[in-house]
Amino acid sequence: MQLDAKVPSGPIEKKWDQRRFEMKLVNPANKRKHTILVVGSGLAGASAAASLAELGYHVKCFCFQDSPRRAHSIAAQGGINAAKNYQNDGDSVMRLFYDTVKGGDFRSRESNVYRLAQISVEIIDQCVAQGVPFAREYGGLLANRSFGGAQVSRTFYARGQTGQQLLLGAYQALERQIGLGKVEMFPRTEMLDLVIADGQARGIVTRNLITGKLETQAGDAVVLGTGGYGNVFYLSTNAKGSNATAIWRAYKRGAAFANPCYTQIHPTCIPVSGEYQSKLTLMSESLRNDGRIWVPLKKGDSRPPSQIPAEERDYYLERRYPAFGNLVPRDVASRAAKQVCDEGRGVGPGGLGVYLDFKNAIERLGEPVVRDRYGNLFEMYERITGEDPYQVPMRIFPAIHYTMGGLWVDYNLMSNVPGLFVVGEANFSDHGANRLGASALMQGLADGYFVLPYTIGDYLATAKPAKVEAASAPFTDAEREVKARLDKLLGINGKRTVDSFHKEVGRILWEDCGMARTAEGLKRALQKIPELREQFWKDVAVLGGEGEVNQQLEKAGRVADFLELAELICLDALDRAESCGCHLREEFQTPDGEAKRNDADFSYVAAWEWKGPGEQPALNKEPLSFEHVHLAQRSYK
Amino acid sequence: MKSFKLILNVWRQKSGNADGKFVRYEVPDVSEHMSFLEMLDVLNEALIGRGEQPVAFDHDCREGICGMCGFMINGDAHGPLPGTTVCQLHMRHFHDGQELWLEPWRARAFPVVRDLMVNRSAFDRVIAAGGFVSVNTGGVPDGNTLPIGKLDADRAMDAAACIGCGACVAMCPNSAAALFTGAKISHLGLLPQGQPERNTRAERMVTQMHAEGFGHCTSTGECEAVCPKHIKLEVIARMNADFLRAKLRSRD
Repeated sequence: MQLDAKVPSGPIEKKWDQRRFEMKLVNPANKRKHTILVVGSGLAGASAAASLAELGYHVKCFCFQDSPRRAHSIAAQGGINAAKNYQNDGDSVMRLFYDTVKGGDFRSRESNVYRLAQISVEIIDQCVAQGVPFAREYGGLLANRSFGGAQVSRTFYARGQTGQQLLLGAYQALERQIGLGKVEMFPRTEMLDLVIADGQARGIVTRNLITGKLETQAGDAVVLGTGGYGNVFYLSTNAKGSNATAIWRAYKRGAAFANPCYTQIHPTCIPVSGEYQSKLTLMSESLRNDGRIWVPLKKGDSRPPSQIPAEERDYYLERRYPAFGNLVPRDVASRAAKQVCDEGRGVGPGGLGVYLDFKNAIERLGEPVVRDRYGNLFEMYERITGEDPYQVPMRIFPAIHYTMGGLWVDYNLMSNVPGLFVVGEANFSDHGANRLGASALMQGLADGYFVLPYTIGDYLATAKPAKVEAASAPFTDAEREVKARLDKLLGINGKRTVDSFHKEVGRILWEDCGMARTAEGLKRALQKIPELREQFWKDVAVLGGEGEVNQQLEKAGRVADFLELAELICLDALDRAESCGCHLREEFQTPDGEAKRNDADFSYVAAWEWKGPGEQPALNKEPLSFEHVHLAQRSYK
Repeated sequence: MKSFKLILNVWRQKSGNADGKFVRYEVPDVSEHMSFLEMLDVLNEALIGRGEQPVAFDHDCREGICGMCGFMINGDAHGPLPGTTVCQLHMRHFHDGQELWLEPWRARAFPVVRDLMVNRSAFDRVIAAGGFVSVNTGGVPDGNTLPIGKLDADRAMDAAACIGCGACVAMCPNSAAALFTGAKISHLGLLPQGQPERNTRAERMVTQMHAEGFGHCTSTGECEAVCPKHIKLEVIARMNADFLRAKLRSRD
């Protein structure tokens, strides 16, 4: 496989200008003759679909939810970064670029990240023009806050619902185009395969989730904005429906899957309360600005927190990282929590939790100030746990939150399959081995509003895809394969529920490919996962039929794909014999337990290539070079 | 950890065209820490184990923001706790031996799809009729060229918090969608960006709302009381004012 990142020549600050000039244009009168299939309606998918339709393309957009407004981008709480420097505190495109490359632990492509920082400022303007109700100062200007340990205030926000408001902005732009007849929307429709004809991505196979009807859709290009694959762990902060099926089907049709082992764990989530737990709820990490994290000094100390005197508490982040204290990056905070719980000092049921205590903040600031800053989060915590965080410390524990890995794309956001574009969390492009807070919304909208609409035009003008019929052989073959797979799932008539398999594969990953990984653990997981997969295909129970609403069948297809993806994640984690960002291999640490990169051997993107059932996938490497951000060991001491 | 028994009467309906009926189930081990949907997960796992069809219900984020979940519990949309979606309703608010009746949203504009699932695409069509600012991507002014007073920004945000779940319609004796439609008209109408299209927006959205088969608002206020995001009745007053003004000024 030849991986050409197609990075434009010239100095980094001119690359995007250079590329936009080089790109061929589609004649405005011809745009409506091109059909573009956009799968997913989150920030990346909805913004892409709306922008492409505004340009004049014929767009078909697909989502599995009942409305495009439900996509999981809606749940993002914190905010969106932009290098506006409105606060006059020294921010710049260069600084946002630098922070993002460093935060990603030097495993992202510099040129992409620089473009992201450049575009960040346009996104804010676009969203304001749409009527997104960002927080304002009393003088009427846009408010900012510092977020996720950044030393400048560059985060724009709409209360704790920034993702919701940005998504509604994109959704409204999309609905406008639907109303104008420029976008055909297919809600409650799931993509089950990618169709490739003459080496180009030319269509998809979908299932209507109400009638069960399979259909093929043909287009001149396919855009996947289908989100991340964090739900492979079963318990995550993702929505229950979030899945990897679209990108996994594309992988099995030849698209390279990059860095699958880069999975981010968020340090401040509400701990698991029982076996029935269906998902984990994130508490905004802004809580770490005023809350102090601690566990008892003694193992197995079961006294209530109020009866543990100060000298018997271990404020372990403040102790280990005096400079950053409770504000260390997500990966560092998560690993530290795991360590103290592994030592038997965790709190709450099962010992899987640490305290996040606001007692000192309430004493220092007064309860009204704390209520003003965090009132809605405290309320959410109390609603879920039944405990009042004004009286007793919160209990928190890390949870899977975001996946930096995804389908490999070049600078134009096209995968190695011509005509297959991948945007947002579904691609691997900008966050390296660790994503910084408030960067996901930025990337989704940058891809959809401002990158893809240009690059897809260049592809159409250059590749000139020939006319194709949705009734031709590649389409009917793909549909037949999808049908066979659904029939197979329905025909197993086994004993175990789909969820029980999903939970089990999630547990394997969490134990052996979670916050800390070892070669031994990964090899164990690589043995267990194929066994579980085999059992799934022998013993899963999927009731009901194909031609009706069948939520078990939907889930079964997604879990079947997770059972394959889980193996690739472990394979990648085993291959990457270094620690970087969220990928901590216990064998590779500094003497004081910090992640130790190996730039000489691992400064590359690992792009995996499907080689067929039962075959080992092939590893292709895209070397990474760092010309603008000096390679350095991260230190938060 | 406390656990207890619940008796559920769940509306079962195979498809939009089929007849439906209540079916009685017992859930023996309900933990007080479960969410309502996790309790249904436990029921469904048991049903699958017995070879029976699980109960179909819509849900996605399970943190109260996507708006996908929602059904009636003993006649209350999203259940007895105010300001909460059913995914964020926890079982500690119920007691041992309690009998519950679960039904889908009942409204002409929201036809039943299966069991507790309904079709809410009418809401999307109301937004498509005018719930936006007509700006294309690119070519917009700097975000700070348009100062917006904090109070207006805050009130716009209050209205924009609507999650489109449909509880307001389900709870309204007239099945009106005035709170939903008014929330979007207010969000955009309170901001300077929304002014150029303020009249046409109100006119088109209200017309579409009626075309979808939603009823008229008679100000009973059930919608406000049940809204998980505390959208206030005043958004309906704004909608009516904008609609009236649009009609007075309309020359077509």
